Amino acid sequence: MMNNILFLSGFEVIKPDFGLFFWTVIAFGIFWFLMSRFAFGPIRDALKTREYDIQSALDESKLARQEMEKMNSENEKLLAEARAERAKILQEAKDTKNEIIKEAKEKAKQEAQKIVNAAQSEIENQKNEAMAAVKASAGNLALEIAEKVIRKELKSNPEQASFANTLANEIKLN
Amino acid sequence: MGKNLGKTFLVFLSVLTLSFALHAKSDKDGHDDHHDGHDVNEFDAGATAFHHIADANVYSIGPWSIPLPCILYAPDKGWSIFSSSKFGVVGHHGDGHKAVDGYVLNGGSVNRIKPGQGFPDGEVELFSVEAFEKDAEAGHAMHPFHHKKIDGKEVSYFEYDHKEYLLDSKSTGDGGLFGGGITSYYDFSLTKNVVAMLLMTFFMIFIFIRVAKAYAARAGKAPKGLQGFIEPIFVFIQDEVAKPFLGHKWEKFLPFLMSLFFFILGLNLFGQIPFFGNANVTGNISVTVVLALFTFIVVNLNGNKNYWGHLFAMPGVPKWVLLILTPVELVGVLIKPLTLTLRLFANITAGHMVMVIFVGLIFVFGKSGQYAGLSYGTAVGSILLTMFMMAIELLVAFIQAFVFTILTASYIGAAVEEEHH
Repeated sequence: MMNNILFLSGFEVIKPDFGLFFWTVIAFGIFWFLMSRFAFGPIRDALKTREYDIQSALDESKLARQEMEKMNSENEKLLAEARAERAKILQEAKDTKNEIIKEAKEKAKQEAQKIVNAAQSEIENQKNEAMAAVKASAGNLALEIAEKVIRKELKSNPEQASFANTLANEIKLN
Repeated sequence: MGKNLGKTFLVFLSVLTLSFALHAKSDKDGHDDHHDGHDVNEFDAGATAFHHIADANVYSIGPWSIPLPCILYAPDKGWSIFSSSKFGVVGHHGDGHKAVDGYVLNGGSVNRIKPGQGFPDGEVELFSVEAFEKDAEAGHAMHPFHHKKIDGKEVSYFEYDHKEYLLDSKSTGDGGLFGGGITSYYDFSLTKNVVAMLLMTFFMIFIFIRVAKAYAARAGKAPKGLQGFIEPIFVFIQDEVAKPFLGHKWEKFLPFLMSLFFFILGLNLFGQIPFFGNANVTGNISVTVVLALFTFIVVNLNGNKNYWGHLFAMPGVPKWVLLILTPVELVGVLIKPLTLTLRLFANITAGHMVMVIFVGLIFVFGKSGQYAGLSYGTAVGSILLTMFMMAIELLVAFIQAFVFTILTASYIGAAVEEEHH
């Protein structure tokens, strides 16, 4: 129908318009040129740089963390070693202490034994001396008694008295 | 806060509803004699939609018409450059009451009075403003420009000094296919679409240079403010569009892809700002064809040996098959930009039209304001529908910009792909 074509005749937007065509070329040309040069290009580069920076920062921190972990494990190892060393030293010190104490005890025991022995021998000596003294004095006493007895008898018997005296003198000479 | 917002929104809604209904009433005679031979009270939603999505030589925001520079070229008389305020716009249909150098302002667009009809040059008063305003107050607005069919083609005309003068529309490059063609003059004016495009271009450049400066000033730091708003979108296009399709060559083509994406997105969104002219820039084939041509040029200038080889002599294919395959491949090269052109144009135009038509429902059901109650009732439903459409169009704005960019990336990717056998 003719009407349809007439209907389209009012449809201005589908008719390519030279003026609008021309101005769109100008406007988009300006837009493209200025935006590429002063906006999209610099933004693209800035984003790229930032992306690179962020990535490298992440990588670096990962590396640092790994390093730290390595160091930590080393530290732990050292610590464990030190601990073992300390335990060993402590054990040794304990052993040494015990030995010294034992030795000292032994020595003390020996010394004490020595002292006791010395004391015993001294006691023995003194006892012996005392015994000898007692024996001597008992002998003397017995002699005196015997003398007295004998003297008494001798008084009554002068012969015997002189004999006893002779005997007594003999003893003194011994 | 939330409750207040809700209240404000309700008030806003009811004001909108009222204003549309009132507009419907006052427009009772609004579009009457636009179409001779039709029922004068019939509201033509399609024609209204076509008018609203078309480019114009004035920028209308609500009741105000901002004049724009007219740069006109007629091969028989050279350049005419003047402001469209010279036409003296009256009413809200963008009709000028003066003719300037043989040009008139018809429904917001410059038309040339067909040369050879003996119309005087210079500034000519077509009708008096007083008479126009008197008619408007009386409730039946004067329509200085009319349409009629001549040889099956719709032609505008007006009456001056008891004589009919036919008008020429500007030259278009459709070769008469869509009712246009080369006429007696070319319009290189800074039209509504051009102004919207330039505004958006400078706004975007301003925003992005600030963002780029923020990247320089805050190097190595996290994004902040505007930078934080732009960066996710930028990185999305970079990582989801440029890198997958272009491989290690993504850096070279990233600025072009970004320019396409943000240019289209910016214009898609600009056209959706309510009460701001709703310039249908990316819904105009002249704009999308330029963008597709840029893609076409970038693709074919960067096509490597491999690309051309596949085009003219597909490896591993018998010689006689090439006779069929090569033409198909060559047609494919041209169809790629053509589909880019039509996809963006059709999607955005459809969105704008649906919006106008939803609002137009008020006039259709209310019989152009004859039944006020029906107008009010329809207004509520139509505003809800329009709001729903706007939400969808917001999504479409992003999707179409993304689709155009990703397809461009895939075409460039195919052109620069290295041989991998």
